[in-house]
Amino acid sequence: MKSLVIFKQFFHDVRRQKLRTLLTTFGIIWGTAATIILVAFGNGLYIHQEKQFLGLGERLVIVWGGKTALPYKGLPKGRWVRFTDDDIDMLKREIPEITMASPEYAGMGMLTYGKKTVSQNVIGVKPEWGAVRNMIPEAGGRFLDEIDLDYRKRVIFLGTDIRTDLFGEGIDPVGKYVTLRGTPFLVVGVLKQKDQNSSYRGRDTRKVYIPYTTFKTMWGHTHPENMIYQVADPARSKRVEAEVFKVLGRKYSFDPKDEQALWIWDTNDSLGEWRPFFEGFRIFLGIIGVFTLIVGGIGTANIMYVVVKERTREIGVKMAMGATRAHIMFQIIVESLLITAIGGFFGFFIAKFFEKAFPLLKLGEYVGDPVISPNTVFVAIAIIGSIGLIAGFFPARRAARLNPVEALKA
Amino acid sequence: MNNNGHLISMKNVTKVYKTGKIHVDALRGVDLDIGRGEFVAIIGPSGSGKSTLMNIMGCLDMPTTGEYHLDGRPVANMGIHQLSSIRNKKIGFIFQNFNLLAYATTFENVELPLIFAGKPGAYRKQRVMECLENVGLANWAEHKPTELSGGQMQRAAVARALANEPDIILADEPTGNLDSKSGGEIIDLFEQLNELGRSVVTITHDMNIAHRCHRIIRIMDGLIESEKHNGNGRDKNLTQD
Ligand SMILES: Nc1ncnc2c1ncn2[C@@H]1O[C@H](COP(=O)(O)OP(=O)(O)OP(=O)(O)O)[C@@H](O)[C@H]1O
Ligand SMILES: [Mg+2]
Repeated sequence: MKSLVIFKQFFHDVRRQKLRTLLTTFGIIWGTAATIILVAFGNGLYIHQEKQFLGLGERLVIVWGGKTALPYKGLPKGRWVRFTDDDIDMLKREIPEITMASPEYAGMGMLTYGKKTVSQNVIGVKPEWGAVRNMIPEAGGRFLDEIDLDYRKRVIFLGTDIRTDLFGEGIDPVGKYVTLRGTPFLVVGVLKQKDQNSSYRGRDTRKVYIPYTTFKTMWGHTHPENMIYQVADPARSKRVEAEVFKVLGRKYSFDPKDEQALWIWDTNDSLGEWRPFFEGFRIFLGIIGVFTLIVGGIGTANIMYVVVKERTREIGVKMAMGATRAHIMFQIIVESLLITAIGGFFGFFIAKFFEKAFPLLKLGEYVGDPVISPNTVFVAIAIIGSIGLIAGFFPARRAARLNPVEALKA
Repeated sequence: MNNNGHLISMKNVTKVYKTGKIHVDALRGVDLDIGRGEFVAIIGPSGSGKSTLMNIMGCLDMPTTGEYHLDGRPVANMGIHQLSSIRNKKIGFIFQNFNLLAYATTFENVELPLIFAGKPGAYRKQRVMECLENVGLANWAEHKPTELSGGQMQRAAVARALANEPDIILADEPTGNLDSKSGGEIIDLFEQLNELGRSVVTITHDMNIAHRCHRIIRIMDGLIESEKHNGNGRDKNLTQD
């Protein structure tokens, strides 16, 4: 309806109630900013955790040999299961849903460069292993390759921290030789710094990597410590696991239902387990924010009650001029929506500013940087809108129910 | 239906105000008919019930008992929406203290009833200017009420009352806050409106003004004490008890 008059009236009311309107708008700004920032933190934390889980690698399953707990086909329980490199190749062949499988050999080794010596975990793997475990090399380097593997080359890929220990931070050691167990190894690459919060046998940045063929000749191991495989679809990870039990059970004569025969860590599981926790945490933060907003909404309702009171006579005049209840209510509700909209607008920008500024504090490593998702914004707009509507509705209804004669006398 | 051609027809209308334990009998049984095109003054001492009567006429208030027909239709049966619509289209209110919106221009004040009537913008613009011309304020359209004199403010209020071409103008002491010259101009306006066929009812304390009306109704203690017709020499006393 009378758009211009409504705005005039709004600014008139704002001027008459400067401090009160300011405080109320501030309440809405604060509530909006708090809601969006808290949820953004919940988001950021989740993304941070997800990234760290994925630091280990995506869609991975790690398998150790176990000890049978069920008798099978006349064989007693309590037998050790130890698989070989060939078994791993067989699994990859027979189970199409396994997209990568590699043995992992592990042993301690003294590593020397110049006068510096460290004693470290040495891991022997296949080249494909690097890709699925997110072993991204720093610029100028590479991970192990097929030729290294086939020719049992003495090449080594260093964890970030090991490079720092031996060469110093940021120094590029590619092309230099280090001594491992008395044998010179050519450094082919260094792991790019990465976040990781789940691991086995320590963090990737504190290990060194060589072709598993080279490892076997140097350490004399015949069996890998464990294997690692990647599945095509995490949702079908359990099915693949059953297949692995079946294939290896056939070869080593154990019951495919014997859960102790192999120890399996399905990383697809662990992320899934955490998901509801983070979802809950995000909702919790959101609720705290919404409560702040509701307090702001109560402030808005309060100011609109004052506006109605101050404008009682005017409402009476309008009624005498033939205004319907809808006309009277419309004005009040629009004003309430304007206050919340302005507050929400500034609140959003404060939150947006915070989202941009927080990473400068460099705390993201611990708690993750806040991320404002479109969903958050959408939900916040809906909540602010409803609060403005409700905060306006009750004062508006009071205004519309005024007795015109009484109102005119006010 | 109770029509007998009257615009306003009241039968035994009473109004009791109840505030806590105190009951005030503001109207105690008023019978009153006002036809189309009449020019009526309501006089009487303070507290006699004039405003109460006018508020009921204007559908701002409801009688406690008795019947009120407006243009042949019983007001008691009307819903709030219908009452709003009647106040909007059939009635034009004018108050002693003008009651213009302070933050709006003269134009916007006059436009208000047209907005409530849901009239389109182009029509509103044309109609508002028409009304302002009728009251001699065409040049004051963009001014705020505070920039107008009392007489001009009341003329703006008259323009506002006319916006939806009501059947009847109800004015509660329209000259009460004005000097006699400005007050006279308002009554001049009323006379013009009346000559064009509109009913005008005005409450007044000023007998000079009352005598310019065609019919004078005197209220006393919530009752019509006497009635007098001016101009054609017909005097009529209706004493009631
Ligand atoms: N809302 C109300 N509550 C209680 N009593 C009221 C109310 N309104 C009016 N009255 C009383 O009703 C009576 C009639 O009041 P009304 O306003 O109609 O008088 P009036 O003739 O218009 O007087 P005035 O010339 O002073 O305007 C008075 O006694 C008044 O005190
Ligand atoms: Mg009065």
